[in-house]
Amino acid sequence: MTQMRRARRSSHTLPKALTGIHGFDEVTGGGLPKGRPTLISGGAGSGKTLFALEFLVRGATQYGEPGVFMSFEETIPDLTTNAASLGFNLGQLVKDKKLFMDHVFISRSEIAETGEYDLDGLFIRIADAAKRVGAKRIVLDTLEVLFGELPNPSILRAEIRRLFAWLKEQGLTTVVTAERDRPDKLTRHGIEEFVSDCVIVLDHRIREEVSTRRLRVVKYRGSTHGTNEYPFLIDKQGISVLPISSLGLDHAAPIARLSTGIDRLDGMMGGKGFYRGSSILLSGTSGTGKTSIAAHFVDAACRRGERCLYFAFEESPLQIVRNMRSIGIDLEPWLRKGLLQFHAARPSYAGIEEVLLVTHKHISSFKPSIVVVDPITNMLSVSTQNEVRSMLTRLIDFLKTQQITALFTSLMAASGSLEANEADISSLIDTWLLLQAIEVGGERNRALYVLKSRGMEHSNQIREFVLTNHGLRLLDVYLGPDGVLTGSARVSQEGREKAAGTSRRQHLEGRGRELDRKREIFEARMTMLRSEFEVEEEVIQQSISESKSIDKELLQDRGQMVRSREADKSAYKNGASTPPVTAR
Amino acid sequence: MAVTLKRTGARSGAVKRRTLKTWKLRLYVAGQSQKSMRAFANLKVLCEEHLKGRYLIEVIDLLEHPEMARGDQIVAIPTLVIKLPLAVRKIIGDLSNTDRVLVGLALQELG
Repeated sequence: MTQMRRARRSSHTLPKALTGIHGFDEVTGGGLPKGRPTLISGGAGSGKTLFALEFLVRGATQYGEPGVFMSFEETIPDLTTNAASLGFNLGQLVKDKKLFMDHVFISRSEIAETGEYDLDGLFIRIADAAKRVGAKRIVLDTLEVLFGELPNPSILRAEIRRLFAWLKEQGLTTVVTAERDRPDKLTRHGIEEFVSDCVIVLDHRIREEVSTRRLRVVKYRGSTHGTNEYPFLIDKQGISVLPISSLGLDHAAPIARLSTGIDRLDGMMGGKGFYRGSSILLSGTSGTGKTSIAAHFVDAACRRGERCLYFAFEESPLQIVRNMRSIGIDLEPWLRKGLLQFHAARPSYAGIEEVLLVTHKHISSFKPSIVVVDPITNMLSVSTQNEVRSMLTRLIDFLKTQQITALFTSLMAASGSLEANEADISSLIDTWLLLQAIEVGGERNRALYVLKSRGMEHSNQIREFVLTNHGLRLLDVYLGPDGVLTGSARVSQEGREKAAGTSRRQHLEGRGRELDRKREIFEARMTMLRSEFEVEEEVIQQSISESKSIDKELLQDRGQMVRSREADKSAYKNGASTPPVTAR
Repeated sequence: MAVTLKRTGARSGAVKRRTLKTWKLRLYVAGQSQKSMRAFANLKVLCEEHLKGRYLIEVIDLLEHPEMARGDQIVAIPTLVIKLPLAVRKIIGDLSNTDRVLVGLALQELG
């Protein structure tokens, strides 16, 4: 609606009428040219009539524009039945006067021409029908039938030209369908020359036993439009055209990170895991644990309360739930809570477009924050490499604009270069984990490494992992002379390291004991020496004190002698040691 | 020729012989266009010549009764609808080609 309003406001842009057909209004930037005729051309069974029907039904139900359906081929009951398969109740719309249907039937066998005629009968019928419902839209499904049934083509051409001029004058948004029987011509009788504004070609082709429907806007005067071939799908909700969801690479890049559900794997990616909204590829040969890692991621997301959508293209949901239980992941509670939804189907049942459109639809309705496609290789098997790449680009673009984290698993052939297998899609992938089976010494062990991870630091190491009852466990790295050791080689390396450790420990303990002994000896010696010293010290002290007392006695004796002789008094006053010189 | 193109039930003379049936002819026109007028005139002449007293012409103007076009599946104008016992024949155009009209009326052999 906003597009319509914008178109009306600006006199330079062509006013457009929204078709309400999923994806088509995006491709054409707002629908079909308003008040003008549009030619829809296509081979038998390409979906022209359904396109036209949906254009009318959506107009009547969603945009308040009643319509007229002039059918030149199918009868009204047939049309009503066909439309019911798309979920449209034409009978009700007719009853509500939002739709008028008229079957124009003419048979050559009962018609003869005798002179000039015109198509006023048809004009009057159309005008009457349009008046009855106040129509804004009209479909002429397949007008060219008239060429087969009415004589004198030159009159007919002139009349059809007049018809288009008249429809334009009435301001009716018209859809004219035409059969395309040859690839070099748009219509069988060249009526595209009267429809100058908008031409759309529908195509239904079979390639490698798989059918794909495509739509292309060949011409849209006065409007920009995508010129690609867009795949489309017809199902219970009508037509869905799959546009390239973003023409530019302008999706947001969230910095939030999501845990992989495996601690040590998070550790390999800066300790935080994947970026939200990034695309992750897990590739590996069969039996390397791709689904197990995916299950871990899903389990972790559900624990955070996020919604996960799991496309299982190889196993049934019950089988996945059972198998994951064996490694300690119980997905069933998440299924019951509605956080996890499975969609299991073999993609080969339909063309790649259909698979992708179905994928789109499920994603749009479930609104998950995480999507797992397991494995994407099955999707690739249904089409050629080139188509796959463009499809995958669209899917990844779509997921990125929705900021949905996508995890794809990919099964690689056991032989051949790893990167070459997925060279085509690898550039679309942000984080690529490669799972490997390493065959050494009669064993097959699992290992993984981060081949690339845009925008984050990541480990460059090849890590062995085992699937235990409690989930997937990354093991310590053992590097041997020939690279990473895995399996028994790792176990024996572990053993050797343990043995070496033990002997080292024993050696260390021995040295410790020796040291203790030496210390004891040293201390014992110290004690002995000290006691010897003490004994000696005692003796010496004694002799010192003895000699001191002898000295004192000697001095006293000499003093007494001097006094008794009454010699110089100063002699004993000044000191005993200095004998009086004068006395000599 | 002054003719009103309005449900002109032209019953010229009663059925004289029981063995001969009455032709019910219905001419669809849109307003008083040249083609329509011509067609009616041509038809009238033809009927007078070949079916005198054994025909009934009903002229339907679709501008006044547009819904009638659906009933008889009218696309081209003018259209002459001839109801035969087993089939419906339609002759489109201004009926200028008398031979063709006679074939359409299955009268050629009779003529």
